Amino acid sequence: MDPVETNNLTAVVETEEVLAPGQTYLSVSDHISDMVLEWPIGYRWAAGLLLALGLLFMLNLALGVVFTVGVGVWGINIPIGWGFAITNFVWWIGIGHAGTLISAFLLLMRQQWRTSINRFAEAMTIFAVACAGLFPLAHMGRPWLFYYLLPYPDTMGTWPQFRSPLVWDVFAVSTYLTVSLVFWYTGLLPDLATLRDRAKKRITKIIYGIVSLGWRGSAAHWSRYDMCALLLAGLSTPLVVSVHTVVSFDFTIGIIPGWHSTIFPPYFVAGAIYSGFAMVLTLAIPLRKYYHLEGFVTMKHLDFMAKVMLATGLVVAYSYVMETFMAFYSGNQYDRYMMVNRMTGPYAKVFWTLIFCNLVGPQLLWLRKFRLTPWLLFVVSLVVQTGMWLERFVIIITSLHRDFIPSSWGMFYPTRWDYMTFLGTLGLFFTLFYLFIRFLPMIAIHELRDLVHKKQEEAHAVSH
Amino acid sequence: MAEFVTPEQVVATAHSVRAEGYRHIDAYSPFAVEGLPEALGKQVGRKLSAIVLCGGLTGCCGGFFMCWWPNVIGYPLNIGGKPFNSWPAFIPITFELTILFSALSAVIGMIALNGLPMPYHPVFNAPNFDRASRDRFFLCIEASDPKFDLRETRDFLESFDPVEVTEVES
Repeated sequence: MDPVETNNLTAVVETEEVLAPGQTYLSVSDHISDMVLEWPIGYRWAAGLLLALGLLFMLNLALGVVFTVGVGVWGINIPIGWGFAITNFVWWIGIGHAGTLISAFLLLMRQQWRTSINRFAEAMTIFAVACAGLFPLAHMGRPWLFYYLLPYPDTMGTWPQFRSPLVWDVFAVSTYLTVSLVFWYTGLLPDLATLRDRAKKRITKIIYGIVSLGWRGSAAHWSRYDMCALLLAGLSTPLVVSVHTVVSFDFTIGIIPGWHSTIFPPYFVAGAIYSGFAMVLTLAIPLRKYYHLEGFVTMKHLDFMAKVMLATGLVVAYSYVMETFMAFYSGNQYDRYMMVNRMTGPYAKVFWTLIFCNLVGPQLLWLRKFRLTPWLLFVVSLVVQTGMWLERFVIIITSLHRDFIPSSWGMFYPTRWDYMTFLGTLGLFFTLFYLFIRFLPMIAIHELRDLVHKKQEEAHAVSH
Repeated sequence: MAEFVTPEQVVATAHSVRAEGYRHIDAYSPFAVEGLPEALGKQVGRKLSAIVLCGGLTGCCGGFFMCWWPNVIGYPLNIGGKPFNSWPAFIPITFELTILFSALSAVIGMIALNGLPMPYHPVFNAPNFDRASRDRFFLCIEASDPKFDLRETRDFLESFDPVEVTEVES
């Protein structure tokens, strides 16, 4: 992590351009491939990985207990059958959506600012979806029967309930994980070839050689490659919207007040992009500082990401207002009570913290100073992520714990196993992410070269 | 094999080489260069589109069929008299499988049509070819080309002012 030497092109150059001036094909290729091949393992990276592995071990323990003893070790009961598990599931999937949006949607919109951030954002997506996928498995009462969800011809002639959003989830999340993985790997291919060509040790050359499939940069190959990338981007964009919509349907099919609402699909998708961009910022800001990437992930990127966060935050705020308004305007006593209970009931503190984190906090981003000061932006991104977790918690728990008939009301109190499972997934996520930044180029090198070329052409056109 | 510094050079050279009558040519670059496949006379793309379309249609029809058959033929359940072919409820799965199959066929199709994995190729023997994945652009005229002559082709390429012209053993 601490480089042995820094040439002057990696010196801190804070710029508001999309790419720091003075970069060439060689400088961008070498800086990023050096991070993988040349730089020594820093103590910061090792310490971070060790911490993440510790949390991963805790996850192992927590999941082991849940699988052997049962979901009763969590705080769930009747009426609150879904607690932290589904909160975490929706939170992690939501985080994943920003990565795909950056890779896919911004490619279709031909936005240059996606170039430096899309590789690690897409990696973030894959790791987030991997963490999310643990929860549907773990929260089952009989996890050894998980395969009942899969459509195979069984001896009883039965099939999964294809009309259920819980089964739609199985297909949506699996598709999302697979497509993200495949998109990410496709993007990596030429960069793995760069690493193969620059590797000094024979074993490193062989490993990168195998995974790069012998890519040699032939013109026809590039043409097909670009077409494939564009197709994948076009396919992934509706996928992002559909996956979180299907996740929101998990709630909307329920009849309880606060769940049975048509506002959920757009509300959830906006919330997903909101928390996702917050996570991208949480990752980007330390990465650019400790790996001297200020020339690649510039002030402009931070500015744009902050603006996207603000915009989606406003959509989420609008959704809250609308939800509240419709609850009262509907005249339905149960919907009205659901809202009153959120604001004044036993979980009121959680609710108002959520309102502060998601609505008030990000309004700071209207100020340019906040958008362009990395550590302030970092704090805001953490606040937003906390807020979004609390939002999922409030939606699930407050609607479940007090629904139609008071005799069926109850309370949910999280247990230590709830917390351990959640923090453990943070461990899984960061372990994977630390390994990623060590062994793979965290910025898309070939796309950066293309950006250098475009910038050179622009400069050429301006000077004529 | 001629090595160039800018993408414009390699595109211009490719045009001239093709105009001269060479056909077995290829170019190698560290990123996709606009206009290069056309300059080389290569038509790319229609097969991939067809593969992706077929994949998508397979996913769509297969997905819908997977939902439809058990609920209509295999094990229909009378739930309050609701229709067996509840097609709106089958849409999410159908959509997801369409995307999944299209994406997988795009990637596998692209890799397969590119002839990959191909861990060994003669061009890797070219000196300095590792620059092809970093910052240099290479144009290669293959010996299988009918117009190929070791001396003439070499002089011809030298006329375009490359960094270097080398011979590559296959």
